[in-house]
Amino acid sequence: MAHSNDAREAVMIGRRTDGTIIRRPLSPHLQVYDMLQMTSALSIMHRITGSAWAVGLIFLVWFLAATAAGPEAYARMQWFMGSFFGVILLFGITVAAWYHTLAGIRHLMWDYGYGYDIPTTYRTGWMVIIGTGVMTILTWIVAIIAWAS
Amino acid sequence: MSENLKRLETPLARVRGFGSAKNGTHHWWMQRATSIGLLPLTLWFAFSIAARAGSPWEVMAEWIARPFNAVLLIVLISVGFYHTASGLQVVVEDYIRPDRSVMAINLAIKAVLTLLGLLAVLSVIRLAV
Repeated sequence: MAHSNDAREAVMIGRRTDGTIIRRPLSPHLQVYDMLQMTSALSIMHRITGSAWAVGLIFLVWFLAATAAGPEAYARMQWFMGSFFGVILLFGITVAAWYHTLAGIRHLMWDYGYGYDIPTTYRTGWMVIIGTGVMTILTWIVAIIAWAS
Repeated sequence: MSENLKRLETPLARVRGFGSAKNGTHHWWMQRATSIGLLPLTLWFAFSIAARAGSPWEVMAEWIARPFNAVLLIVLISVGFYHTASGLQVVVEDYIRPDRSVMAINLAIKAVLTLLGLLAVLSVIRLAV
């Protein structure tokens, strides 16, 4: 067992039934769970989309700061957002944002104590996946209509 | 393990000696409370901005400057950045080792988010007043 000064290591060391020492896996156990299962896949996706949305906030700040700076800065920001790379990026942020929002509602539902049984877990999981698609398409239909007019 | 033996203290005893930080429940609760607030704000912002995609500067600046929109934007930015900081903190705590790196990265994340959040709020205020 490698030496570590991290106090948290103490609770991360366990023993197998034969007595040999083993390092316990880190939360949320990417090394242990079958990531093709919907339950664990949606769980890690909540973190991934949350982190991606955090990075995407840079574009919210740019949008507001450019608008405040004046028409020229606004035009540069608008050019980027309308470019191929900008549209792909905004589309990705839209998907991540709706997924994280809908999966967040699922988490709040769990916090309230509802929906822990397996059939409900799968049903709400599919609702999150389908809902993400519906909300993303709806947002972009509104955006494309506004853009074209 | 040699260091721990010199101290005549097991690693588990060292952890228990630290005790809890006494604010875990508050952190957990604030994540949920901010997420509830962000639900209507996100819906409002996503569709308001989508409906103004490609708008000229005058239209967008006027929309942000309206008192009702400006107040909601400032609330969205404040609550949103707070929620982002507490979410990223948990991710860092779960995957980053050792402790001092966790502390340094979380302080850096909070510094960057505070600066970006203030920049966004100042931009809204500048357009609104």
